[in-house]
Amino acid sequence: MPHNKQPEPPSAGPQPQPQAPADAPPEPKPPVQVLYCEVCTFPPEYCEFGSSLTRCKEWLQEEHPDLFDKYYSDEALQAKVGTLSLEAQTKLEKDSMKKEAKAEAKADAAMKKKMSSHVTIKRIERNKRKYITAIHGLEAFDIDLKKAAKQFATKFATGSSVTKNAQGLDEIVVQGDVSDEVLEMIEGGVGVLKGVPEKNISVVEEKKKKGGE
Amino acid sequence: MFKKFLPSTDVSGQTPLKSSVQRSIRAAVLSQWKIEPETLESIWPKKESLVHVKCKEHISIYTIHGEPLFFQHFDEPLYPTLRLLHKYPYILPMVKVDRGAIRFLLAGAHMMCPGFTSAGGYLPPANAALPAGTPVAIHAEGKEHAVGIGITKLGTEEMRKVNKGVGVEIATHLGDDLWALQKL
Repeated sequence: MPHNKQPEPPSAGPQPQPQAPADAPPEPKPPVQVLYCEVCTFPPEYCEFGSSLTRCKEWLQEEHPDLFDKYYSDEALQAKVGTLSLEAQTKLEKDSMKKEAKAEAKADAAMKKKMSSHVTIKRIERNKRKYITAIHGLEAFDIDLKKAAKQFATKFATGSSVTKNAQGLDEIVVQGDVSDEVLEMIEGGVGVLKGVPEKNISVVEEKKKKGGE
Repeated sequence: MFKKFLPSTDVSGQTPLKSSVQRSIRAAVLSQWKIEPETLESIWPKKESLVHVKCKEHISIYTIHGEPLFFQHFDEPLYPTLRLLHKYPYILPMVKVDRGAIRFLLAGAHMMCPGFTSAGGYLPPANAALPAGTPVAIHAEGKEHAVGIGITKLGTEEMRKVNKGVGVEIATHLGDDLWALQKL
């Protein structure tokens, strides 16, 4: 994605670019480089309609001060107000403030949830001397379970898969008793296993009930 | 169309397309959009094979190297993705909505006729009128890039006359789930 390129000059709207002379070999037209805001991914002119205007403004001021002047200078604001009635303008502003606050609260809640969610590493006995290790709760930390399972499989050279457990939630099942190594890997943030705080990991053991087979 | 779209649940499979189908898509793109074969060649080189991503409700997305380029509903016309349209803004005819409508467009609403006919809006002049069912790039008053892509529900002349109700149905807009999806 062309991020650090300058966008086209403002006058060049959807007009066709100058045509190549007819006898020259036809050249593909170059694409217009569009700058996207790194905060809300919109082109910066649409940041005002997003839910993170304050942060978008900060970013633009830092990275592209010239564009910031273009979009948020007094004149630009004046021009905008000119096209709308004052009432509609204040309403719009209020709405965007509200939206921003809402988005922030949502992000906060998601963060909190993330911090309070738990990863459990469970050692399950299969036979007397054989174990499997089930890892549950990684998906709350934005870890791709399939990739993580693949990583375990290559690391331990055993079978490792994503399966649904009894509650219908996805978990990674690794063959063999690797709970200590898995704990170390998650704590160390190896490969895709990033962003899990240490205190949110717990290791439990599940013995097979007696009288089973 | 893409207001709610999760790749994990809404995509039912990815398959590379047969070359004959690709040829017909290439022909369709060239006939439906205002695009030169050379430009299309730079977007989608002949050597690269298009991948068909089949989604719920008869939506197909066509990708190259995981990057969505076109999408289509059933066998309606092909639309470019908004990112592609930003790079080549002239491939679709343009309509413009006034500033008051941007907010609703970004929330995924269909565009009503008065938004195009008011002072800030723009419809092509009568000698370049668009019939109903044309994919259009939706620009916004005072902005330089397109904000959405839609399909006209009424002809542009009819929109001027009726000036009521839905004029353009939105296929994709800034900030919807297709926009959020940069790689498939």
